[in-house]
Amino acid sequence: MAAPEFEIPKFKEHLEVPKIQEGSMAHIKSFISPQPTQEFLGYPWELGEDWKERALFKMGDLLGKYRSLRVFMDACVHCGACTDKCHYYLGSADPKNMPVARQELMRKVYRRYFTLPGKIAPWLVGAEDLTKETLADWYSYYHQCSECRRCSVYCPYGIDTAEVTMAGREILNYVGMGQKYSNEILGKVQKIGNNLGLPGPALEDTLAGLEEDIEADTGVPVKMPLDVQGAEILLVTPSADFFSEPHVESLIGYAKVFHAAGVSWTLSSHASEAGNFGLFNGNYETMRKVAMRIRDAALELGVKRIIVGECGHAWRVAYSFWNTLTGLGFDGKDPFSIELQQQLDHRYPQPMHICEYTWDLIQNNAIKLDPSANDDKVITYHDSCNVARGSRMGDEAGGQFTIPRNIIKAVANNFHDMAAETIGEGTFCCGGGGGLLTDDLIEVRVKGAYPRMNALNNVVQEEKVNFMATICAICKAQFTKVLPYYGFDRSMVGGVHQLVSAAIKLD
Amino acid sequence: MTSLTVFYIGLFYVATLILIAGLAYRIYEYSRTPAPLKIPTTPAPTTNAGVAYRMAREVVLFESLFKSNKWIWVFGWLFHVGLALVLFRHVRYFQEPLWFVVEFVQPFGKYASFAMVAGLAGLWARRFLVDRVRYISTPSDHLILALLIAIGLSGMMMSFVAHTDIVNLKAFMLGLMTFDFQPLPTDTILLVHLTLVALLMIIFPISKLLHAPGIFFSPTRNQTDNPREHRHIAPWAAALDRDNG
Ligand code: HEM
Ligand code: HEM
Ligand code: SF4
Ligand code: SF4
Repeated sequence: MAAPEFEIPKFKEHLEVPKIQEGSMAHIKSFISPQPTQEFLGYPWELGEDWKERALFKMGDLLGKYRSLRVFMDACVHCGACTDKCHYYLGSADPKNMPVARQELMRKVYRRYFTLPGKIAPWLVGAEDLTKETLADWYSYYHQCSECRRCSVYCPYGIDTAEVTMAGREILNYVGMGQKYSNEILGKVQKIGNNLGLPGPALEDTLAGLEEDIEADTGVPVKMPLDVQGAEILLVTPSADFFSEPHVESLIGYAKVFHAAGVSWTLSSHASEAGNFGLFNGNYETMRKVAMRIRDAALELGVKRIIVGECGHAWRVAYSFWNTLTGLGFDGKDPFSIELQQQLDHRYPQPMHICEYTWDLIQNNAIKLDPSANDDKVITYHDSCNVARGSRMGDEAGGQFTIPRNIIKAVANNFHDMAAETIGEGTFCCGGGGGLLTDDLIEVRVKGAYPRMNALNNVVQEEKVNFMATICAICKAQFTKVLPYYGFDRSMVGGVHQLVSAAIKLD
Repeated sequence: MTSLTVFYIGLFYVATLILIAGLAYRIYEYSRTPAPLKIPTTPAPTTNAGVAYRMAREVVLFESLFKSNKWIWVFGWLFHVGLALVLFRHVRYFQEPLWFVVEFVQPFGKYASFAMVAGLAGLWARRFLVDRVRYISTPSDHLILALLIAIGLSGMMMSFVAHTDIVNLKAFMLGLMTFDFQPLPTDTILLVHLTLVALLMIIFPISKLLHAPGIFFSPTRNQTDNPREHRHIAPWAAALDRDNG
């Protein structure tokens, strides 16, 4: 870790809300997406003569297609309740990182061009012309939002800044200001099948290597099947699970769980990625195209069930959107969705989260566990934002909080939650979600991680916690990177199925 | 009929027209715009009854605001409850004979004006005292608060200091509704009160006061959490299934 060129916030027993420091993050500019990447996605790569018309056209288009944006632009009363809720504000003190101010970047343009008072008296209602400076501000601050939805929990009207950020990024893309990191990933996933650009043969090798490792380790021939026709279960997992640490430990955990349950399962080389960066950019069609890979793989392999691995935004897209985007779910009335739905096993929710699956097995005593295998650990759990506020597990509201914790308590003996206001629906984002997990945004990531790091530090001090479990590939990668900035060991973070993997007894 | 009366007759028709047509148009627009994706902020209710209950808690108790900021909640809730009672009490100018409930609420409505103005004052103070709220406040935020406080104070002047001729005022108001025009009492405070009220009605559909209808259309609050069980699809999105499904 090179010495950082910025100040890292100090730990406090109680998180303090900083005084605003205007412009403190204005220098942030994520790398711009180059021509080939933009072309592939059907966007321009630089501002044309007509950039302003294009931007306003796109804004009008989105206002007509998304009720969320339409209502959120009008409804905010500037009450200020959200101003201290964003981890990027708490970590950076830049007022434009307050959710309402982030929305206001777009709202002032909305007012100017789409509302009567903004047209006749812009100074009165805070309306402003759309200029190149506005676009620069959008580019900077819409890439300092991880679309974590924490603000939407606390806004009296549920205004979700993530929706505004998504719209902002779509407009930016549409005028030629895409973000390199996210857009390159959207290219790779569509051309190669996963975000990391790992081709089929490489994946096959990796899985074979892992099988050998597990067998060497446990003496049990646990398999990692790929592209098996007619398997019962298709597992779709973030591609980081295939080769990044600590992600791969969870992949081993899933494989062991399937082995212990004695089911037939498979991965797919066509759909070797659960992640869907289409979510981050507010383009429904792109998100749908990326999601269609899973539908295609399910139809091609003839599987009965679809299970999703540990990934936050992937689970939000899978749980909340797959049925809408691809008909993967139930109760579709149209031929498109019926085609897939008649193939799926109606006794189970579709799709299912790997934690739902494992927890069912644990409740039915279908797998044997030895929690003392995790006795070297004192564990806490980080709720990933997209799981916490954009999805569910199980039959009851809030199952996304209880099920992973229940699993941890079943596979380990030492568990302590972090402070109540920093977990559950109020969980603080890791700081790297929503398309920010790139080195060119490291300052944003480190500062945005501060509220979570502060809460972690408190349980480290008080409860001797030495392991933070989470079920998100982005959280894992982000924490691995930023933990050292706060003086923690990078291996402190890992997956829930990493713990399952250690405790499960195979025979 | 004096020109003053004629002016106020015109003002109230115009204001009412703008308020009703404007709001109807906004509501039409919100309801016509599809919500293509399921985006309730979870944990969210899994049934329609649950959603109705969540919405009722938001509208009546300001539940999310309570979670986020106790000061804004106290002031905001005082203001809105005060306002609701005051408006309810005002029904007496538009109704003959009165509902039992409207009669019942009279004394409460009168004193609720204190809660209303105190709440508004607290909210306004925050716009100066809290640096984050100061940063996001626009001139119109201040003016709307000033307008509501002025309406409240002018009303309270009439209730507690210089009474106006309520019988004739009521005749005027009922006359507006039945097109049987009657003269308007002419004391200044009443005229100020009424002018400001008309202004409030006019700006309602073009300002942030749209939060009142808006909350009911907010997808993060009004959607059920059942995406796996039910396929939710917007018309423009369904077209994609047919084109390249
Ligand atoms: C469905 C009915 C309504 C609901 C649920 C509602 C809810 C809220 C909430 C939660 C707030 C934010 C907290 C606060 O600042 O008080 C607010 C603010 C506000 N409301 Fe309402 N409201 C409703 C109707 C109205 C009406 C009819 C008016 C005006 C005549 C009004 C005027 C205001 C104003 C001016 C503010 C901003 C206060 C400030 O500047 O801080 N509201 N409303
Ligand atoms: C056309 C509509 C309205 C008329 C004719 C009207 C008339 C009056 C009158 C005559 C009073 C004095 C009551 C008395 O002497 O006991 C009053 C009081 C008051 N008005 Fe209004 N008003 C109207 C609308 C409003 C609105 C929209 C608000 C709030 C935003 C408001 C707020 C108040 C308050 C706070 C008081 C003092 C408390 C009370 O007596 O209820 N008025 N109004
Ligand atoms: S969605 Fe999350 S990151 Fe974005 S403004 Fe809201 S709290 Fe901040
Ligand atoms: S909490 Fe909601 S209404 Fe209040 S300032 Fe923030 S976005 Fe606007």
